[in-house]
Amino acid sequence: MENLVEIRGLRITFAGAVDVVQGLDLDIPAGKTLCLVGESGCGKSVTAKSILQVIDHPGRVSGGSINLRQTDGSVLDIAKTKPTSPLMRQVRGGDIAMIHQEPMSFLSPLYTIGNQISEALMLHRKISEKDARAEGIKMLEEVGMPDPARRYDSYTFQLSGGQRQRAMIAMALINKPRLLIADEPTTALDVTTQANILDLLGELQRETGMGVLFITHDLGVVAEIADEVAVMYLGKIVERAPVRELLENPKHPYTKGLLASMPRLDGDFKAPLKAIPGMVPPPALRPAGCSFHPRCEWARKDMCGHVAVLETDLGANHMVACHAYGPQAHKFSRVSKVVDVGAPVAVAKKAVGKPLLSVRNLHKHFAIRAGFFQRQVGAVRAVNDISLDVFPGETLGLVGESGCGKSTLGQTLVGLHRADSGEVQFADIDVRAAKGAEAKQLRTDIRMVFQDPTGSLNPRMRVRDIIGEVLQVNGNHSAAEIEEKVQGLLARVGLSPDYAERYPHAFSGGQRQRIAIARALASDPKLVIADEAVSALDVSVQTQIINMMKELQAELGLTYVFVSHDLGVIANISDRVAVMYAGRIVELGETDQIFRNPRHPYTEALLAAIPGRGARKTGARIRLTGHVPDAAKPLAGCAFADRCRYVTDACRVNVPELRGEGNHLDACLRSEELKLRSVSQTEALVSA
Amino acid sequence: MGSFILRRIIYVIPALIAVSLISFLVIAVPPGDFVDRLAEEAAKKGDIMPLAEIEAMRRAYGLDQPLLVQYWSWITGVVLRGDFGYSFGWNLPVKEVIWPRLGLTVVLSLASLLFVWVVAIPIGIYSAVRRYSVGDYIFTFLGFLGLAVPNFLLALALMYVAFAWFGQDVGGLFSPEYIEAPWGWGKFTDLMAHLWLPMVVLGTSGTASVIRVIRANLIDELHKPYVTAARAKGKGEFALLMKYPVRHAMNPFVSGQNDIFVDIVSGGTIVAIVMGLQTTGPLLIKALMEQDMYMAASFILMLSVLVVVGTLLSDLLLAWLDPRIRYQQG
Amino acid sequence: MTTFDETSGMVSPAQEKRRGQGFEGHWALVWRKFLRHRLGVLGGIIVLLAYVVAAIPDFLAPVTLEAYNPAYAYAPPQQVHLGVSTEDGWQFRPHVNAYKTVVDYNSGRRIFTADPESIIDIGFFVVGEPYKLFGFIPAARHLFGPVEVGQPFYIFGADRLGRDILSRTIYGARISMTIGLLGVAASLVLGILIGGVSGLFGGVVDNVIQRLIEFVQSVPAIPLWIGLAAAIPRDIPPLQVYFFITIILSVLGWTSLARVVRGRFLAMRNEDFVKAARLDGCGPVRIIFRHMLPSFLSHIIATVSLAIPGMILAETALSYLGIGLRTPIVSWGVLLQEAQNVRTIASAPWLLLPGVAVVIAVLALNFLGDGLRDAADPYAD
Ligand SMILES: Nc1ncnc2c1ncn2[C@@H]1O[C@H](COP(=O)(O)OP(=O)(O)OP(=O)(O)O)[C@@H](O)[C@H]1O
Ligand code: SF4
Ligand code: SF4
Ligand SMILES: [Mg+2]
Repeated sequence: MENLVEIRGLRITFAGAVDVVQGLDLDIPAGKTLCLVGESGCGKSVTAKSILQVIDHPGRVSGGSINLRQTDGSVLDIAKTKPTSPLMRQVRGGDIAMIHQEPMSFLSPLYTIGNQISEALMLHRKISEKDARAEGIKMLEEVGMPDPARRYDSYTFQLSGGQRQRAMIAMALINKPRLLIADEPTTALDVTTQANILDLLGELQRETGMGVLFITHDLGVVAEIADEVAVMYLGKIVERAPVRELLENPKHPYTKGLLASMPRLDGDFKAPLKAIPGMVPPPALRPAGCSFHPRCEWARKDMCGHVAVLETDLGANHMVACHAYGPQAHKFSRVSKVVDVGAPVAVAKKAVGKPLLSVRNLHKHFAIRAGFFQRQVGAVRAVNDISLDVFPGETLGLVGESGCGKSTLGQTLVGLHRADSGEVQFADIDVRAAKGAEAKQLRTDIRMVFQDPTGSLNPRMRVRDIIGEVLQVNGNHSAAEIEEKVQGLLARVGLSPDYAERYPHAFSGGQRQRIAIARALASDPKLVIADEAVSALDVSVQTQIINMMKELQAELGLTYVFVSHDLGVIANISDRVAVMYAGRIVELGETDQIFRNPRHPYTEALLAAIPGRGARKTGARIRLTGHVPDAAKPLAGCAFADRCRYVTDACRVNVPELRGEGNHLDACLRSEELKLRSVSQTEALVSA
Repeated sequence: MGSFILRRIIYVIPALIAVSLISFLVIAVPPGDFVDRLAEEAAKKGDIMPLAEIEAMRRAYGLDQPLLVQYWSWITGVVLRGDFGYSFGWNLPVKEVIWPRLGLTVVLSLASLLFVWVVAIPIGIYSAVRRYSVGDYIFTFLGFLGLAVPNFLLALALMYVAFAWFGQDVGGLFSPEYIEAPWGWGKFTDLMAHLWLPMVVLGTSGTASVIRVIRANLIDELHKPYVTAARAKGKGEFALLMKYPVRHAMNPFVSGQNDIFVDIVSGGTIVAIVMGLQTTGPLLIKALMEQDMYMAASFILMLSVLVVVGTLLSDLLLAWLDPRIRYQQG
Repeated sequence: MTTFDETSGMVSPAQEKRRGQGFEGHWALVWRKFLRHRLGVLGGIIVLLAYVVAAIPDFLAPVTLEAYNPAYAYAPPQQVHLGVSTEDGWQFRPHVNAYKTVVDYNSGRRIFTADPESIIDIGFFVVGEPYKLFGFIPAARHLFGPVEVGQPFYIFGADRLGRDILSRTIYGARISMTIGLLGVAASLVLGILIGGVSGLFGGVVDNVIQRLIEFVQSVPAIPLWIGLAAAIPRDIPPLQVYFFITIILSVLGWTSLARVVRGRFLAMRNEDFVKAARLDGCGPVRIIFRHMLPSFLSHIIATVSLAIPGMILAETALSYLGIGLRTPIVSWGVLLQEAQNVRTIASAPWLLLPGVAVVIAVLALNFLGDGLRDAADPYAD
């Protein structure tokens, strides 16, 4: 097999002589998709950028070689080519093209996408503007852009997220590159859009036979798209193998750790996850020896902490860099601990008894105002006629694509928004009418954890004051009492009690989220609403936090409403799940029911879009086209009608009510007659 | 786009009304008027004006009417007939004095603006691209200096240099022989020969701030992802610089032009006085001192109108440059 | 050696050191970041000195404001000599030379030259004309001056009445430096009030205030200032003139501050930590003073220090035109009035020296403001 690019001993240095990448070897094969996986800060993006010599100042390639095989068989060492030379410019966009995570910021808003696409073409080919336009439109059509001739003259801000990513792909592929570098191209997208883009990239790869270097942190995406996988940790490849081999038979403790910490939908998706301890250190603090050793459960201090690791070839294209497979392999037992039994195995709690929180016909509309006098010209129906119950001690997952109103619902429940109409009953309190002592009780009983752990902690306050504020404001607690409480809470969320003196900027993202959780727990609440509380975190940290939240729930008897767009996380943590679409709940039931036996076509489509994690791909795929309806426009009939594959005329007239027997409810007129598909119970991560 | 322009133009109308009202009230509200001033002067010379005569004079000039009535008759005159009222100090209709002066003010202001652009844009780009180079430090320091020197002081200093070292008296916009002369080629070239000094003086602080604005914005833009994306397409560095970062940095620059223009027009008043330019400044001061109210109000009004129109133009330019404004508000 | 604290995920002692142990509060971080801005620190020191000068000009100036001597009208600056050379060699003896005068009958002006024969010794902490420190402590010592009271001592030259420009420039700092401060204080009150209302209420109120701000910002300031200043009655006491001018300056000066306040207010209102404080049950007062205000106080301080120079420049310009402050008040603008035309300047260029004071003060304030602005957000790297 021929390699398109061979990287040897690559070293990338940033200011202060910090090596972000140190001695990286990587072969990128022609005509295949190679996935580069690793946590944030491992140097995936800079490695990709180095291949095009476009690393941002002050970074630079300071050693090693990047050999690109040219079409005529000769070899060009990119690392030795001047970044501004004509030769390098020919390679960029011509031989190798790149797409990125955030098309909104990687495309200029001041030029039409057509301008930027044809620019790429005209930089590499002598072609008239008219012909460039024609080719550009053709390319847009190939990447599945609806109405390409008109979109060609659109600006980025006039397109949806998925369309923008398609425009960027068109721009990259217009010169028919031999290698496409895709840096997390679907991370910022909704799961249904992600599925479409992954399909597209797969198809284009097969059609054109180009090589693809696909960077991601999501092993589900890997299972979906990769031919081969390279796992990267702190600037080095630690394991490399064909996709099936790597996912089914991981060797390196880091790869094993990543797989174990990933919520899965095959098998028992509620099985406790095993987190990799700690986090990726900054490159300046790269540990000596095997840089993974502080987090590795196999590590032998006498060796791993001092002796640099060499690659071991395990045959069948499987390579691993770990002492446990090297010449000293006999010294390692290679036994991984089974998942901490401390983490309680979630027994699905039955939704019985008297609900803790009960919501009936809740509406929250945001006024759209315009003009000088700010007249109301319309309303966004963010939360539209929602009814649900939350039972004591359970976790209710709230899931849906961005903009479906899940955060608004959560925020309305804690009281950050004023509901327009409807009833909310908490224990014996009418939430919407609560005043005085009742309001105070609600404040202390219902608490919230925000998504962004950086923005939600006041940088001007010490950790103690952040956590203790709710006690200071509500009721009379002495300073000593508060201090004691804070110390206790810190210990409980796994932080050292002397951190109380510090300011938030001294902590990592995961630690800040722990502080935020401690704050939520300070008032001994009954209900905690977590709005995307783990979405901003890296996989291993995410798992640490999920496990901790489960433990706290078991210890303190907490009730959670857990808002997330990540179906894997939702499946793992929730007892019951509510699926939201366009401001309404379209399906509500126990986690098993939702994932194994969905009744609403939207739930079916969501599940089908989950990359690699056991979404069965028999028969035609289920893919959603089009958009979530404009929440500002009133709708007749089912909101999902425009995208539903089972739509009938009746759907456009009658509004489906949320109904059903027992505790599995759905809002589809045809749910009885339809036989919908679900995720399989069998091992499916590698069925791609 | 069309409706955006229309809306923007309609927004100008209340601004103009407010400006005219303020111009008038600033002059008319404070105690004392032109007649008082005459009486005072007469008293200084020793002859007391009889009260009846004072009252009669007030009536004749319409100064006995309520303020709003005075304002109304003045502004309707301005709008409907182009009649700015009568200058007590000059004994002439205001419009005869004001137009030539305004014309020169416009010429000088535009010339200064042009100077700012020609000098500041290339320097700003250079400073950003060659950040922390010797040249950048020099320009940055000069920029600070340009902002710190009051422009009348700069005018004085330059005039002093010209006078002491070159023996030239560089005041004014014309040589003496052309001041009263009708317009012609000779007068025009003479104007051009005199224009550069006030132009430089007026443009200095604007240049300094534009350099800073462009430098700061461009430095931000230089490392934006879309620049990396375009570089990854294989675009050459210079073409890249011009098409993306510079073009993006133009937007804050254009929206800042308005303030620069306000400063030029505004600062022009003082510089004109110091340098004895035949623009509005010196007459405005004179009119204010004499409480020559229609004259003063008209000057302030027209200067403000100039600025309001400048704002309008820069907003339209911005909309033309930035599709986000064009499509999202239009 | 770098290690991981596995339970906490904390990285290592080394990293904690780099992050200042995490025990430093906001202001400590701001201060540290400010100290890294060398020009800002330099500016800060100069500004500090300028305000010291403004506080005790009587002590710092060799002579008081009243001192004049027509015999030395337009006397040029004297050169300061650090010592004399005698037979015994060089000797430290700071002094200036007295003047020799000749009358030039063509121009009718006196021409001054230094007289190397006659030495006027400079002393430190010399007894000179009596004054009242801070307006009430009687004193007669001056930081420096001629050892013998009354000898001509004009190291910045003299003006039309033979007054010492150095002393007058030092006194000028008192007015020029404070008028900026007062003007900004007045603007700040207006700005915080109006901007706060705008940001707090939003909606129509905000819209009206925003249009008002846009409008005020588009009015050419100087003509309007001139108009307003000309309306100040001529015969009122100087102190009142001073206050009127302050008010006039802040009439147009509040807008940028109001904008900053409003912008920060709006942005802050949607910050998660403010929402979290609301959920904690903090009332509006506690939210504003404990959570919001501390977060943008540093930004306001930076904006303020950038607004002062504008006020100083405006005062200077108005006074120069003769419609701002007037004698007997002494500000740098008032001193520059002496330099009314090119011919005067050509024969006595030292009349422009108070202008140099303006430039230095404004430069220093701009440097300081720049440094503060950079430091205002110490979390961004
Ligand atoms: N311009 C820069 N200056 C200094 N350090 C940088 C710069 N760009 C990246 N780094 C550092 O290099 C390391 C690797 O960054 P990189 O973006 O490649 O990580 P990544 O694996 O792609 O992470 P993510 O999954 O978050 O995209 C990080 O520690 C990052 O902080
Ligand atoms: S080399 Fe040692 S520390 Fe590194 S991964 Fe292998 S066992 Fe773990
Ligand atoms: S009601 Fe009709 S359109 Fe809506 S989900 Fe069911 S089948 Fe589809
Ligand atoms: Mg990355």
